[in-house]
Amino acid sequence: MELLDKLTILADAAKYDAACTSSGVDRRGGRGMGSTMAAGCCHSFSADGRCISLLKVLYTNRCIYDCAYCVNRRSNDLPRAAFTPRELAELTMGFYRRNYIEGLFLSSAVWVSPDRTTEEMIAALSLLRKEYGFRGYIHAKAIPGADPALTERLGLLADRLSVNIELPSQDSLHKLCPDKEKKAILAPMAQIRDGITQAKGELVKYRHAPRFAPAGQSTQMIIGATPESDRHILTLTQALYDKYKLKRVFFSAYMPVSDSALLPARRDFQPPLLREHRLYQADWLLRFYHFRAEELLDEASPNFDTRVDPKCAWALGHMDRFPVEVNRADYETLLRVPGIGVTSARRILTARRVGPLTFSGLKTLGVVLKRAQYFITCSGKMLEGLRVSPDGVLRHLVALEKPALAGDQPEQLSLF
Amino acid sequence: MEWPKFAYTYDGSFAGFLTCVFTAYANQEEPACFLTHQEGQAALWPERTVDTDHERAKRVYRSLSPRLGRQGKTLVTYGFLTCLDQRELCLWDFLKLGYAKGPAVTRDLTDPRVAALNKAVLHLTREAHLLKGFTRFSDQGGVLAGEIAPKNRVLPLLRPHFAARYPEEALALYDRTHREALFCQGGKWAIVPLDQFSLNQPGHGELDYRGLWRRFYDTIAIEGRYNPKCRMTHMPKRYWGTMTEFQREDPPPADTHLRQI
Repeated sequence: MELLDKLTILADAAKYDAACTSSGVDRRGGRGMGSTMAAGCCHSFSADGRCISLLKVLYTNRCIYDCAYCVNRRSNDLPRAAFTPRELAELTMGFYRRNYIEGLFLSSAVWVSPDRTTEEMIAALSLLRKEYGFRGYIHAKAIPGADPALTERLGLLADRLSVNIELPSQDSLHKLCPDKEKKAILAPMAQIRDGITQAKGELVKYRHAPRFAPAGQSTQMIIGATPESDRHILTLTQALYDKYKLKRVFFSAYMPVSDSALLPARRDFQPPLLREHRLYQADWLLRFYHFRAEELLDEASPNFDTRVDPKCAWALGHMDRFPVEVNRADYETLLRVPGIGVTSARRILTARRVGPLTFSGLKTLGVVLKRAQYFITCSGKMLEGLRVSPDGVLRHLVALEKPALAGDQPEQLSLF
Repeated sequence: MEWPKFAYTYDGSFAGFLTCVFTAYANQEEPACFLTHQEGQAALWPERTVDTDHERAKRVYRSLSPRLGRQGKTLVTYGFLTCLDQRELCLWDFLKLGYAKGPAVTRDLTDPRVAALNKAVLHLTREAHLLKGFTRFSDQGGVLAGEIAPKNRVLPLLRPHFAARYPEEALALYDRTHREALFCQGGKWAIVPLDQFSLNQPGHGELDYRGLWRRFYDTIAIEGRYNPKCRMTHMPKRYWGTMTEFQREDPPPADTHLRQI
């Protein structure tokens, strides 16, 4: 089979993997080829607007499992292929030299057994790292069920490891992936967490200690294929950050790839892209804005209001905490104001050391007042000319989001 | 007392600009505008031509760190690379303010003089970050060669990145907008003005990799999530012109006898 055909098959099989980030580790200098930057680097954006940072491929799409939601399931009639370690290394180096990519994202379907698959991946990555001297970014998928010793070796070659949690609950997993166990997924996750902690400890003592997955680990789950609520998903996400020290949890809106009776019908199914977007916004609130999942959603409202973003929704529910005085509020309080992010909050802290801030001063700083104006005061005054009743704020905020959402919910034109 | 206004003419280099700053302070003059030798415009103010003096430029440069702080120094050096309208005048305003106020000037984000420079530098560093990803190289007989068309002069910011990324390669990167080229090999580098730069016909290996990359690019998108607006937000169209995935190779020349018919 030609390399072009293999690449087509194996990239096509990998495209539903959400993670394509190259962040978390700074490495430069030395011989060979390649460097990494902590901020990560996007090399292109595909037609669906997702970042292309890594060469995202499967090692093989031959699979022994039959998960209902997956394109590569055993029972699906697809052309199958597998790379050889050398083909993959040549391809990665060729792309990397031309600055097409920041590194390699290597995942794989489970071929023969989890151990055998991991061994193949290790062979490919060792060739790339050792013989080709590749020092760019490598994200590898750990295969649940593989021998811990193999996962350990995989982690020494890769910058980031990930184990897919696949679905938000055990029941769903049991129904859709009869061959997979929740325990088998969480075991390597815990192993990777402990490996990272240990390697970090050793690095403090010995400068040349081996680095185990220095960019941390991530995971992903499919949204919208099963009936879990946003609250369930977000609580799970938070638990994963707390317990397993993950760097990222990725959500991927379910794309209909199967006619299984267990899944939403393929006809007329719209992937829940807006819901995925709201979950990502909430995920950011957990990681950078000191929010907790319990604050954002409760039993009375287990799903996000798709009309406004989660932070606005939270603020509207807690109007007693607003308006906030920008000249006095602390960093944490500023972060909770809709429309003020990490950058704006830092700038406010810096600028107000020089003198009191006004609304026009905030504009000069680059703080976007579109949302924030309803929630802040400058020296005790609201924005001049702003007359909005508390109920009106929601209406205004919803109106602000409308143009961006127009594509998702076409409205019927009414003539009378 | 207000300083008298002069129109400054200099050679367009950073050292030249710093010499202007030195001259302005030494003569107690206020530059009303900065012109480069090529522009040759007539100005309303009396003209002063400043010849670049590296000793004087160094004196000003050495003063930046203690007088404006590290952040202030970065703002000035980076500010000179931006595409800000009348950037020399903005830099002059900022320098004057900074020499008067000290390193705290960088905290005064609401001052229009500081804000304008901050915004321009942010534009520059953001564009440089994007181009770390969007630059495309071709293998030209062992040398990696590429072209970009940025708004700001990003080559000095890209140099350390690409030098660390390809420590064992020879590099040539051409900036079409500012007609400058970066050459880099084995730890040595140079950024030189260059009027003409063209790539050779790609070889077979190169064409194969371009084909593979285009195929990968087209395959990795999920049709059900097609979102051209999102793509354009993250990757504005002005970058597409130099990116391999949006270029199609010229078809091989058509058969001559077919053309005769």
